[in-house]
Amino acid sequence: MKLVFLIGRFFLSFIEETGAVILLTFRVLKRLPKVLGNLGTLFAQMERIGIGSIPLVFVTSLFVGAVTAVQAAYQFYGYVPLRYLGAVVGKSVTLELGPVLTALVVGGRISAAMAAELGTMKVTEQLDAMEMIAIDPIEYLVVPRIIAAVIMLPVLVVFSDFIAILGGMLVARFSLGVDFHVFAYGLKLLFRYQDVVGGLMKTFFFGFVIALMGSYYGFSTEGGAEGVGLSTMKAVVSSCLLILVFNYLLATIIFQVIFALE
Amino acid sequence: MSSGNTINHRPVIRIQNIWKAFEGQQVLSGLNLDIYKGETVVVIGRSGCGKSVLLRHIAGLMSPDSGEIFFEDEEITKFNRKKLFKMRMHFGMLFQSSALFDSMTVGENVALALVRHSGFSMEKVNRIVLEKLELVGLADVTGKHPSELSGGMKKRVALARAVVMNPDVVLYDEPTTGLDPVMAGVINRLILSLQKELDITSIVVTHDIESAYRVGDKIAMLHDGKIVYEGTPAQVENTDNHLVRGFVTGQLGTEASM
Repeated sequence: MKLVFLIGRFFLSFIEETGAVILLTFRVLKRLPKVLGNLGTLFAQMERIGIGSIPLVFVTSLFVGAVTAVQAAYQFYGYVPLRYLGAVVGKSVTLELGPVLTALVVGGRISAAMAAELGTMKVTEQLDAMEMIAIDPIEYLVVPRIIAAVIMLPVLVVFSDFIAILGGMLVARFSLGVDFHVFAYGLKLLFRYQDVVGGLMKTFFFGFVIALMGSYYGFSTEGGAEGVGLSTMKAVVSSCLLILVFNYLLATIIFQVIFALE
Repeated sequence: MSSGNTINHRPVIRIQNIWKAFEGQQVLSGLNLDIYKGETVVVIGRSGCGKSVLLRHIAGLMSPDSGEIFFEDEEITKFNRKKLFKMRMHFGMLFQSSALFDSMTVGENVALALVRHSGFSMEKVNRIVLEKLELVGLADVTGKHPSELSGGMKKRVALARAVVMNPDVVLYDEPTTGLDPVMAGVINRLILSLQKELDITSIVVTHDIESAYRVGDKIAMLHDGKIVYEGTPAQVENTDNHLVRGFVTGQLGTEASM
């Protein structure tokens, strides 16, 4: 009996939260043009999300590219010549690894920071204080964060693609004995610009989801320090899960429909 | 019931029969209160009796389960966000935790409302900000961040921020709680002088009875979700209402638990 009660409560709260997130999404979309009155915050957030994430993205991408080259060579061994190494690294990075791994690491960093910052503002009555001076917290705080994330995540992914391919090239050259021009040959051989564009298209949605989850859980924080911790955790977990779910859905739409191979 | 000569006979804020419960716990149960222009009403009551909840209802930060709240004859519980924001231009609120924006400097905190709403030039905004900070005696901390200030200074900055738009109504949530007696005295004097200089209507919720006597034109006691007593400070001092006596002498509620 208790189990039924718990399951019921879980589903009810799940539906309630989904509804609240959708409502917040609509509120944000309605207020998007208002960002023009708040460009200072937008640029500050873009710097924080974009410039601030570069070291993290650099290291992540370099090693992801490197390990992709190593694993591809391992699978090629005895069947496929290593001159096709560049093709595999390029495809894997631009289609999946660049966009998804960048979104996951940047998502963890950004959604946690947003949830903690906005959550602290909530529990210290700063959001109420903002309401009382007739400033809409969604317009003033959430909209610039979401736009900044939507703009900067694709930029970070372009950077990540380059660094990851560089990582793969370095490993190919110095550890696997594949020369740069041989790697480049493989890279060009199967290159489709649609791969890069399709990969980047996904990241606009990822950026939106990251900032939305950070903001949503920040705004729904209750209690004190413990509440802020809980919100931060929920923001990171939910943005990572949603990135993976959306990645599948978007990959299906983009690569089965929009850029489908004839 | 009224004192002072600036007071009209029409209430600025009229609260009629409001009810509010949180997760099954009834906090306000049929509360009525009228607040007239230019007067300072102090709502007293024990911690957790719903004083802050009442203040949040007046500010439109919460809406009642049932009942009506009027601001200048307009029913605010039915307002949409736009009308609510318009109404709040006439309101200032001092929060219990001061609630200064910690990412901004003191000057930016006080200036924010003006920058967003007034359309004044930056020079004019800065002049007004300085003027309001002088009013609370803190014109020299404009460039500091809230984290560098003491609790009392934060309260004073928050007060400057609350009155920067020259509001008609100022809401004070526990203005002296957590301050030493000297600083509490400073805040009390500020509330009085702001009221005199800016001719504002004030609603103060507090459990600090000394503060209530100092600043109040009228004291209302909130108990069990209702206003159980209203009177001037002098009337409160001499009342034989057992709830008010119990609160003032610190005996309220302890008989039952003993």
